[in-house]
Amino acid sequence: MVKINGEELDITGKTLMQYLLTTTYNMQRIAVERNGDIVPRAQYDNVVLNDGDVLEVVSFVGGG
Amino acid sequence: MQDDKLIIGGHEFQSRFILGSGKYSLKLIEAAVRDAGAEIITLAVRRANTKEQENILDYIPEGITLLPNTSGARNAEEAVRIARLARELGCGNFVKIEIMRDSKYLLPDNQETIKATEILAKEGFVVMPYMYPDLYVARDLVNAGAAAVMPLASPIGSNKGLATKEFIQILVDEIDLPIIVDAGIGRPSQACEAMEMGAAAIMANTALATAGDLPMMAAAFKQAIEAGRKAYLSGIGRVLTRGASASDPLTGFLRD
Repeated sequence: MVKINGEELDITGKTLMQYLLTTTYNMQRIAVERNGDIVPRAQYDNVVLNDGDVLEVVSFVGGG
Repeated sequence: MQDDKLIIGGHEFQSRFILGSGKYSLKLIEAAVRDAGAEIITLAVRRANTKEQENILDYIPEGITLLPNTSGARNAEEAVRIARLARELGCGNFVKIEIMRDSKYLLPDNQETIKATEILAKEGFVVMPYMYPDLYVARDLVNAGAAAVMPLASPIGSNKGLATKEFIQILVDEIDLPIIVDAGIGRPSQACEAMEMGAAAIMANTALATAGDLPMMAAAFKQAIEAGRKAYLSGIGRVLTRGASASDPLTGFLRD
């Protein structure tokens, strides 16, 4: 299982890009962290999701 | 006044009003930026939403410098992670460090803020730490590589004004970086007062978000900040401890 934004998903073995394409994230407006490290956009195709990975997918919102 | 620039990490700004973007409609951002005359706007980083496709970046006019904050961070490590994510979002290398352990008073953790400042400054960020106004901490932030120091005026979102006035004045007098008063400024008069004291800029969010007419309040803040800056630059007149001093010539008439 892979945990993305707190939710456990059964996507072990997929690439990050394969996963993102199944979502409605605006790809130009997100950044991804995997196990505490940034995943550069250019690496989305190469990163294979492992069992136990923890990912954060974030974007900008209003704030002070 | 044209030559009076705010310089943060080598970047020059004409405006001394840093605008927050929280707690109000994305549709008001353009008018707020315009009427505030702002050149810097703060943002937060949160888990991306798959449902709503609208993004705040689509509402911010071109040429505005984005200042992401690290709100939500409870320690230096989390602040560093949020800052790196913000930079990865591809909108520059400015970051406002905001680290809070407490959700009741939302006071900044000065010690963790120093640690995060040091790490992020080494990574090339333009680091603007939000802090509780303490001279020793401010000096440590300078040594850690901060590009500005952002002391709070009163608790975040309180609109209570310059509760820490005396301590902000010490920072203005002793710290050789822009002192940007952040948090708690609720009215233009308070922003003006901080600028008269020599603050380099004002950051406001809740004061606008809770105002009746947001763009009009943005304009009021702009004028107050400019007035305070001019007063500071012109040199404020002295205060008499006792007595009075006539403004009119003291030569008498209508009597001998």
